[in-house]
Amino acid sequence: MPSVTLSLNQRAALLSIVMLVVGLLIWEAAIPAQTLATELTEYERLMGLGQERAGVPPPSDVLAKAWEQLSDPFYDAGPNDKGIGIQIGYSIYRVLTGYILAALVAIPLGFLIGMSPIAYKALNPFIQVLRPISPLAWMPLALFIIQDSEASAIFVIFICSIWPMLINTAFGVAGVRTDWVNVARTHELGSLKTAFMVILPAAAPTIITGMRISIGIAWLVIVAAEMLVGGTGIGYYVWNEWNNLDLTSVIFSILMIGVVGMLLDSAFAFLQRAVAYAE
Amino acid sequence: MSKPFLSIERLTQQFPDGQGGTLTVFENATFGIEKGEFVCILGHSGCGKSTIMNILAGLAEPTSGVVKMDGYEVSGPSLDRGVVFQNYSLLPWLSALKNVTFGVHARYPDWSKTKVIEHAKTYLSMVGLEGDVVHRKPSQLSGGMRQRVSIARAFANHPKLLLLDEPFGALDALTRGTIQDELLKIWGGTEQTVFMITHDIDEAILLADRILLMSNGPHAQVAEAVEITIPRPRNRTEIVEHPNYYAIRNHLVQFLGKRSKELSGKAADKEDMSPEPVRIDKTGPSESDAESEPRLRAVND
Ligand SMILES: Nc1ncnc2c1ncn2[C@@H]1O[C@H](COP(=O)(O)OP(=O)(O)O)[C@@H](O)[C@H]1O
Ligand SMILES: [Mg+2]
Repeated sequence: MPSVTLSLNQRAALLSIVMLVVGLLIWEAAIPAQTLATELTEYERLMGLGQERAGVPPPSDVLAKAWEQLSDPFYDAGPNDKGIGIQIGYSIYRVLTGYILAALVAIPLGFLIGMSPIAYKALNPFIQVLRPISPLAWMPLALFIIQDSEASAIFVIFICSIWPMLINTAFGVAGVRTDWVNVARTHELGSLKTAFMVILPAAAPTIITGMRISIGIAWLVIVAAEMLVGGTGIGYYVWNEWNNLDLTSVIFSILMIGVVGMLLDSAFAFLQRAVAYAE
Repeated sequence: MSKPFLSIERLTQQFPDGQGGTLTVFENATFGIEKGEFVCILGHSGCGKSTIMNILAGLAEPTSGVVKMDGYEVSGPSLDRGVVFQNYSLLPWLSALKNVTFGVHARYPDWSKTKVIEHAKTYLSMVGLEGDVVHRKPSQLSGGMRQRVSIARAFANHPKLLLLDEPFGALDALTRGTIQDELLKIWGGTEQTVFMITHDIDEAILLADRILLMSNGPHAQVAEAVEITIPRPRNRTEIVEHPNYYAIRNHLVQFLGKRSKELSGKAADKEDMSPEPVRIDKTGPSESDAESEPRLRAVND
């Protein structure tokens, strides 16, 4: 109808909602069919297995679970029963600690590598060998050397977030136009001032891109790391609920991992826009 | 004879030519610039003008030779030598105003913030930038506006020597004209010593007290120093009517068209390859020759 003209964004949003509703309806509708299809054997009935909580739950159950969890996210009823807020809090704490430590190493080191061709050449072989190692491969070594599961998880985050930041910082710094550096030189800026007033803002978009990639990887890795070290955190929570065969909670926490990851990413997207400049 | 304010002595620049040999851009170039003088250097592309300017700015080291300003040898860049680059070289993440305050703050670190801003705004308005435009980023400004900001940044710092490398090379003719006028106005008020590279003959005649002519490279020479005998204040529409205008212009065209080629490629045969001073003046009573042959031609050995 010509009277209703929606913008591209509005139409896209509408389409998203339609897809969500249709998807959820199909999911909801598929559940009873599934329980019918898997007729319980005598044995399963005797063992008390195959109850509804062992099957894939319908979305309505997940929503109910989400409501229940999110209305009291910070309850603490012992080591195996903590609110989702507390679990996510632990994960974010580990991610941020490892990530900030990595930034403190990667950004100054990246500056050095970007400014000095000899430092670049000397460090490049190490970076090339260390970078492709799966962060989780460090876990046994970290556990053995550090002797502390908490610190080992943080170390794994540190080691996985360092590379994109290091490489992007070096790349950004090396790519700063000589004209801009010459502006700093003709204004007699010292090396520290040149670094902060010219090179940093010039390289900031590339550096923030590296930081954004890093936080994404760190959030991917923390779930796996926490499944390994256990105790607390969203990764441990998923694993624990799987052991309890509580798939409703598993699905709910998967969704929460996605939401938190998206929030972390959009924080960096915001930063990226803040430091962007057009030439 | 007393030494000029800026003296360039036996400047030689060589680069590896990429085939194991050396490329001599210029050799033993020697010339001087007086305080308050506006000097333009004209020459074909690739003859080494930017190389000379980068050495004067302290951004590059010559193979041999020295540059002295006020009697002191120049080494490294300094706030005393302001530079306007061909591609403006504004910092794209800063607004026009902040690009200027960036320079003013570096020059006068003791000034208060408001004083720095006032000073920057004064110079921006001298090149016709006022109001909201000063808060725009370089990417939101036209090429002409960017170059104005760049000129304001250089003048606001009161350098002892101002170096401009083809500052209007990338601008259209109309904009170029307006900014040339603004440059003349701002220069007139400051008595700044200016060394400017250009390949535009009319621009050089309009702006300069003296034009240095460079022959083609390799082994380029600063061959002549042509005095512009047209009184100031000059105006682009009026100078063409001055009797000296076409005489000077013809001389320059002749040089760039013919003699710059003839002179090229010869190795320096003297310790000091200083330019021959040329003075063309047809206003004097004894003037009779119709062709553009210079009336006075000093020979310097
Ligand atoms: N860093 C460099 N290495 C090698 N050759 C150079 C370098 N810089 C300039 N040249 C050469 O020196 C000559 C003069 O260059 P330039 O000063 O830029 O000329 P102009 O500004 O007069 O057009 C050119 O032949 C150029 O190729
Ligand atoms: Mg040049």
